Amino acid sequence: MRTPLVLTVGALALAGLTACSSSGDGGDTSAQAGGKPGKIAVAASDTDCKVSTTDLPAGTSTFAVTNGGSKVTEFYVYAAGDRVMGEVENIVPGLTREVLIELPAGTYETACKPGMIGKGIRNPLKVTGAAAPLSDDAKLAKASTDYQRYVKSQTGALLTKTQEFVDAVKAGDVAKAKELFPVARTYWERIEPVAESFGDLDPAIDAREGDLAKGEEWTGFHKIEKDLWISGDISKDGPVADKLMADVREIVKRAEAEKVPPLKLANGAKELLDEVATGKITGEEDRYSHTDLWDFAANLEGSRAAVAALRPVLDERDPALAKTLDEKFEAADAALSQHRKGDGWKLHTELSKEELKTLSDAINALAEPISKVAAVVAK
Amino acid sequence: MTAINRRRLLGLGAAGAAGVAAAGAGAFATRSVLEGPPPAAAATTSDPVSFYGERQAGIVTPAQDRLHFVSFDVITKKREELVELLQEWTAAAARMTQGKDAGTFGAVGGAPEAPPDDTGEALGLPASGLTLTIGFGPSLFDDRFGLAAKKPAALADLPKFPGEDLKPEISGGDICIQACAHDPQVAVHAIRNLARIGFGRVSIRWSQLGFGRTSSTSRSQATPRNLFGFKDGTNNLKLEDAALLKDQLWVAPGDGPAWMAGGSYMVTRKIRMNIETWDRTSLVEQEEIFGRDKGEGAPMGKKREFDVIDFAAKKPDGTPVIPMDSHVRLAHPSTHGNAHLLRRGYNYVEGSDGLGRLDAGLFFIAYQRDPHKQYVPIQMELARKDKLNEYIKHISSGLFACPPGLRDAGDYWGRALFA
Repeated sequence: MRTPLVLTVGALALAGLTACSSSGDGGDTSAQAGGKPGKIAVAASDTDCKVSTTDLPAGTSTFAVTNGGSKVTEFYVYAAGDRVMGEVENIVPGLTREVLIELPAGTYETACKPGMIGKGIRNPLKVTGAAAPLSDDAKLAKASTDYQRYVKSQTGALLTKTQEFVDAVKAGDVAKAKELFPVARTYWERIEPVAESFGDLDPAIDAREGDLAKGEEWTGFHKIEKDLWISGDISKDGPVADKLMADVREIVKRAEAEKVPPLKLANGAKELLDEVATGKITGEEDRYSHTDLWDFAANLEGSRAAVAALRPVLDERDPALAKTLDEKFEAADAALSQHRKGDGWKLHTELSKEELKTLSDAINALAEPISKVAAVVAK
Repeated sequence: MTAINRRRLLGLGAAGAAGVAAAGAGAFATRSVLEGPPPAAAATTSDPVSFYGERQAGIVTPAQDRLHFVSFDVITKKREELVELLQEWTAAAARMTQGKDAGTFGAVGGAPEAPPDDTGEALGLPASGLTLTIGFGPSLFDDRFGLAAKKPAALADLPKFPGEDLKPEISGGDICIQACAHDPQVAVHAIRNLARIGFGRVSIRWSQLGFGRTSSTSRSQATPRNLFGFKDGTNNLKLEDAALLKDQLWVAPGDGPAWMAGGSYMVTRKIRMNIETWDRTSLVEQEEIFGRDKGEGAPMGKKREFDVIDFAAKKPDGTPVIPMDSHVRLAHPSTHGNAHLLRRGYNYVEGSDGLGRLDAGLFFIAYQRDPHKQYVPIQMELARKDKLNEYIKHISSGLFACPPGLRDAGDYWGRALFA
């Protein structure tokens, strides 16, 4: 399941499989002088994100991120439009984790996200050196590769968090399962465009009660959600939880192998917003837990990741559209961020009709320009 | 693919158009000779009405049968984005009123990977007399777009009228667009496409469908009936009344800010009717409430609809033939220093109310030179005294400044306002 481009060393779910040590040794942490990228130290705290260098030679670099703060953090390298070039998640306080990122010449931003929320603490990063400009076709092909990389950046956490959720359900720990439900779903909702392409698995994982025909068995997140929030009785949900885990494992396996074609990627970005418009703003998705805003945020981020993968093509063919999308994503993020609560989100039922309308307007404002991306990609 | 007519796209030629035209020609075929140059009125119910002219179409244009009305809140904070939207809207409106698709590629002429720039439900339908009329509400003139100094005094808020029960969420708005057409699908298509163009810059605050006109704005039209079954607005201002229109309908230079000269002010009121209780009222009481006979529409004591009303006439017992609190007396210009309105309202039914009653009424629209000298005194009198109040309730209100018409394709909605 590893990509040659990004290696997340020491991901929690797979700690046992990794050979490298995850403790920082601080000895060889600066970019090497001879133009060959080496290890770059990143000192993350709750308020800072010190990257040991702001200039790098083109090529593959190793970032060693040490969390000296009190909150769990993440580290990202972004290209224009918040295109994720690489990232490492779930760095608990005191831990150092490494990530290999291939960066062609260009300007980037590094970001630490203490508490794993928001835009993070950003710093510029300049990469210089020879990097052949991509041909049009190569740019499109790269979009698929880039998005595949994004999917892989999410699947590890999806497996981890789903496992934790499933464990809590099987242990009969209602409180913990309730807490983990929206967290596990976040990773699921971010990659839904690719997940949805596997016809039978998506409904098994994510069907709502009303989606089923008579006689069909209801499984997945929402079945457990109903038991958690309505009856509070999950004593019989062990097999449902096991099936959920198995289905998620299967979909992760397939999703990681999937190279989403650029056009489908463009449509996926739009469909994620359609999901928000029809399911999350109305509160239909998580009708028992009312944690729809978690899914909303995840869909929005997933949509942005899909657009970001297409960014080099957009920049060349329709820079005005790229700029509009940047603005509208910012506006939608800003509208949503009004409803932060701690590390998570307010419940759907805590929002007034007026607040929901403002969110709806922001999504409409973004979805219209996003609907134009496919034609630009298809040019 | 540009500038293709919706009908031609589907292979309907002139013969098809003529067939539709013949079916709906009726009243319009005998339009009287007009004084002055009004906006071109469609000769048939399928023809287009000119989008350009000295006045906005959709005011004195002979009232079309159907309405889709929308009020927007402006959500962008950038003046230039709003101006850009008004330009885009104008271009789309110019196209749609001529029976064309909203965008240049149309419902089926664009790239297959792109969403069409027209939504398509009007494909194959003629222009159907579509008019699109824009108005700017008082709230647009706050501090967001630097328009405060251009706010006309006539846009001052309406006073509270006794008995009204206004719901803010279906009242007011920064910008309104009135779409009138002879085909409801054409009116809905126009508003839907304009709303779509506006996403991110405006947000629909409220909207209203009207299924049947309740006013005639030309002597060529018969007076239609409201849902109480009465001809209402017999004495409406009409296209042919050139002198009265100048005095009562159009804003004159010097009335207020220059950008409104040649325009008109629009008042909208959604009036819910308790039609079930009305229907249980005796004919004689109904007629006394309106002050007209129900069959012909003649003033009480007269024979024909357009007979001159005699408010002084007395019954043998000395009481007035036309009751003092009748609708026709209270609303008549002679009661208000000759204040007239150009009414352009529509009947509505929005399903039922869950209590076994139709959710029905009148979406009242009136144009005038100054609402505070015309609508306000008339409505204040009605709100205080009209016996009809027992059967109606005003539930929404809007006030909008509708600028003059557009010269040509180089002009756009609001150009003078944003100059």
